Amino acid sequence: MTWWHRLLRRRQLEDQLDKELHFHLEQHTTDLIARGYDPEEARRQAMLALGGAEQVKEECRDARGTRWFEDLLRDFHYALRTLRQRPGFAAVALLTLALGIGATTVMFTLINGVLLKPLHFPDPDRLFTLNEQTKGITDYRWGDLWAYSYPNYLDCKRQSSSLDMAAWRYKRGTVSAPGEAEHVDGAEISSELFPVLGLTLTRGRAFLPEDDQPGAAPVAIISYGLWQRHYGGNPGAIGKPLVLEGSSYTVVGIAPPGFRLSWEPDVFTPLGQDTRTYMQRRDAHPGIRVWARLRPGVTTEEAQTELAVIGRRLAAQYPKTNTGRGFVARPLRQELVVELVGDDRGTLWLLLGAVSLVLLIACVNVASLLLARAVSRERELAMRVALGASRGRLVRQCLTESAVLGLAGGVLGFWLAVVGSRPFVAFWPGSLPRAEEVQLDWHVLVFALAVSLLSGFLFGLAPALRAPTRDLEQILRAGARTVAGSSRRLHSVFVISEIALAVVLLVAAGILGQTLLRLSSLNPGIDIRNLLVTRAALSPAVLANPARIPAAWQELLDRVCRVPGVQSVATVDTVPMREGNNQIGYWTNAAVPEKHQMPLALSNSVSPDYLKVMGIPLLEGRFFNDHDRMGSKPVIVLDEVMAKHAFGSQDPIGKNLWMPDMPCIGPKGETFYDCTAPYEVVGVVGHVRYWGLAGDDQAHVRDQFYYPFAQVPDPFLARWSELMSIVVRTKIPPLNLLEPLRREVRGAAGDQVLYEVYTMQQLASRSLAQQRFLLLLFGIFAGLALLLACIGIYGVLAYVTSRRVPEIGVRMAFGASARDVMQLVLGQSLVMIFAGVGVGTAAAFIAARLLEHLVTGVRSIEPLTFVAMICVLVAAALMASFLPARRASRVDPMRALREE
Amino acid sequence: MTVKSDLPQGTLELLVLKVVALGPVHGYAIAQRLQHVSRYVVQVPQGSLYPALHRLENRGLLAADWKETETGREAKFYRLTRKGRAQLEKEAASWERLTEAVGLILRLSQGGAQ
Repeated sequence: MTWWHRLLRRRQLEDQLDKELHFHLEQHTTDLIARGYDPEEARRQAMLALGGAEQVKEECRDARGTRWFEDLLRDFHYALRTLRQRPGFAAVALLTLALGIGATTVMFTLINGVLLKPLHFPDPDRLFTLNEQTKGITDYRWGDLWAYSYPNYLDCKRQSSSLDMAAWRYKRGTVSAPGEAEHVDGAEISSELFPVLGLTLTRGRAFLPEDDQPGAAPVAIISYGLWQRHYGGNPGAIGKPLVLEGSSYTVVGIAPPGFRLSWEPDVFTPLGQDTRTYMQRRDAHPGIRVWARLRPGVTTEEAQTELAVIGRRLAAQYPKTNTGRGFVARPLRQELVVELVGDDRGTLWLLLGAVSLVLLIACVNVASLLLARAVSRERELAMRVALGASRGRLVRQCLTESAVLGLAGGVLGFWLAVVGSRPFVAFWPGSLPRAEEVQLDWHVLVFALAVSLLSGFLFGLAPALRAPTRDLEQILRAGARTVAGSSRRLHSVFVISEIALAVVLLVAAGILGQTLLRLSSLNPGIDIRNLLVTRAALSPAVLANPARIPAAWQELLDRVCRVPGVQSVATVDTVPMREGNNQIGYWTNAAVPEKHQMPLALSNSVSPDYLKVMGIPLLEGRFFNDHDRMGSKPVIVLDEVMAKHAFGSQDPIGKNLWMPDMPCIGPKGETFYDCTAPYEVVGVVGHVRYWGLAGDDQAHVRDQFYYPFAQVPDPFLARWSELMSIVVRTKIPPLNLLEPLRREVRGAAGDQVLYEVYTMQQLASRSLAQQRFLLLLFGIFAGLALLLACIGIYGVLAYVTSRRVPEIGVRMAFGASARDVMQLVLGQSLVMIFAGVGVGTAAAFIAARLLEHLVTGVRSIEPLTFVAMICVLVAAALMASFLPARRASRVDPMRALREE
Repeated sequence: MTVKSDLPQGTLELLVLKVVALGPVHGYAIAQRLQHVSRYVVQVPQGSLYPALHRLENRGLLAADWKETETGREAKFYRLTRKGRAQLEKEAASWERLTEAVGLILRLSQGGAQ
């Protein structure tokens, strides 16, 4: 019979045990009678020999090994019964816990979905991302890791026997047929990508090695979404043409729904068909990413060793490009989560921390409720000890009770999390990356269970440890109305810790609020009202012929200007407060040092109207005009920050700057990105909060400069135009103009589109989204904390005061006035409040440092915020103490004394 | 739970196993037989007999069925399982080794005293 059988059939076992012992006694009695004993005496002798049937039974029950569980069940029933007896207490405790556990579980659900879940690829832990790694040379932007050059990738793939490799590269373009023209993100992928990731296509086939060659027939795989949008989900899409950037491709496959690399590409083309020069150069790194899967039976170390060997071999073979260059593999999951989630990681952990504080306060509250109850049950417990219950048994019973409370709270909390996590995700600023992964799964369930039990244990510990052992007699003899000193001390500790925790949350909320206020009032450096920002894609036919590009842009600007409601328009490559920027190193004389020693500045290539459209003030000199063109002297305009940084107090106008990374053509016409000619500074303009209202002050690169798009040499025009944006100053709310603008821009071939459309106001507001969101949540958490702390203070004071009624009665009988009694109680609470504030302030300093570190725009500690928040807390806490104090002051001394 | 053979409790269990090994038998008969066989030298406390039986049963060394006795009453008859038989052999051997060794030592110290 197994343990489970014994447990489940214990009633039957009891019967059998009874029967067995009964049989024994009868047999023995019969035998004794047969030997001549008197029946009565025989029976007595038999029972004596057995030695107490009940005791034997107990020992037999112990032998079953199910005793502890039966005790647990009994404790469980007892706990339920006691909770039912005090529904008020149970409701308050459960609600408090449900809130705490629910909020914590919601935060964990998010973290679990966004940060902890493995990738949606089979066997994700064997996937790696590969990079080139340089020794010694550290790039100023990316450290020592580089994207692959295509020839290096091909060599690695051929020579590796431990890894199956695949490569891909970001690409974007306009899909102009079938259906309406749309600008999409895409990727050039090697034929191995889908097999390496272990994915099969929804329809059709992956690329074959023969597709992945220069000159092969143009084929494409489309995303599930694009299939739905442009082909209506028709299975006949396979084999149909797709026009991308003016070239026709044959659709051969449809990617699985939701498939994503770092982004969600809509169109895939074979990487090997890209024949641009950088694909053949071993020293070019055109953003080729390499993912690989460990072959079966190979360990990570073996793969790393093999990569190192390949690295050395290639370095010997191609010393010019590969000296000091190796290859490393890092887990894909880690890499991808960082890439996808980025800054939100800090936010998520911060919120989990904050919410844990709320849970902790909830636990303290329930603990103090339980403690008060334990004290009033002290006599009951002492009685049980006197009757032979062991201390361990009593502790177990107390902990069972709190575990029942904790679990019940956990069930409610889990339900809250089920209901609450979806809306919460929807509410996340911008959109939460990997939001589709946010689901309740067994990880969350285990977490909620663990949190419930842990909190049950936490708040059950104090009452359990008070289970009496000594001085039983004294407890039993003492009146019901004395409060042991140790319980009062413990209660004070509870109140102090609650207040301390509340201070931390309140101060954090205060700091965030104050930060948000300060940031919102900052001048962004541009006039953000009535300003539309959108990327624009020229017709692919134009891009193929660089000589036509300047005229095409001019025509597009003219078209935009014709739309009624448009005031002015300009082109620009990168836009403030939006993703994407160009950083370029500069130097003030011709002796340009190593790249990583140069200061960096944000570059913007613009049309002459840009300054006027954006409303950036001109401080000195001039901005560009139509005379700044190819062939005239290259000119730039600095912002005030860069002017000061580069030239100090000297007048920058007329000075030269050297910028080797600027797009220009060297003396022989073939040199890229290696300018030796200087740029003349012709003007100084105001600083723009490029990195957003929150981030700009702390940004590493704050210098900004502008150069005319008209001075970009022909070979660069197509590349520059691919990412070009227009900014439109409007006379009416800008989004109203979107449709007319789209129609007007479309052009003769109908393939010029606007995409990534924002108003400048949206971008500015988005740059504060994190702060606003955090403030809201911290506000809620702090409010909850304040409420719970006040309930706690009220509860403890009411309890302690009610226990002191006889003492107060005596004091009043000896002439204390109502005022004196109020002072007595309030004084007691003030001591606790200030102790809590003291501890809390110290902790809040740490929290403030953490916020400063994790949230952009938070400045070092502001004393005023601290003081204000602490005043709020003290006021609320005093209010909570006022009621018990007043009740104490109205004690009727005669009645109080009689009660004793 | 391992029971050491030199513990009195283990000894009782060893004796019980031995008695049961002779054939299916109920608790009262075990008590009787222990008393008879040991010629009243060993006073088996009846109170610890049943817990010992239940322990052995729960450890799978004994199995039990309800059967009628010769007098027509229903009683719980214990019998040895295969595991119980192995355990009996092991413990009996270990007991013999132990007593032999203890005997040796006792004789040795007698020799030393002379």
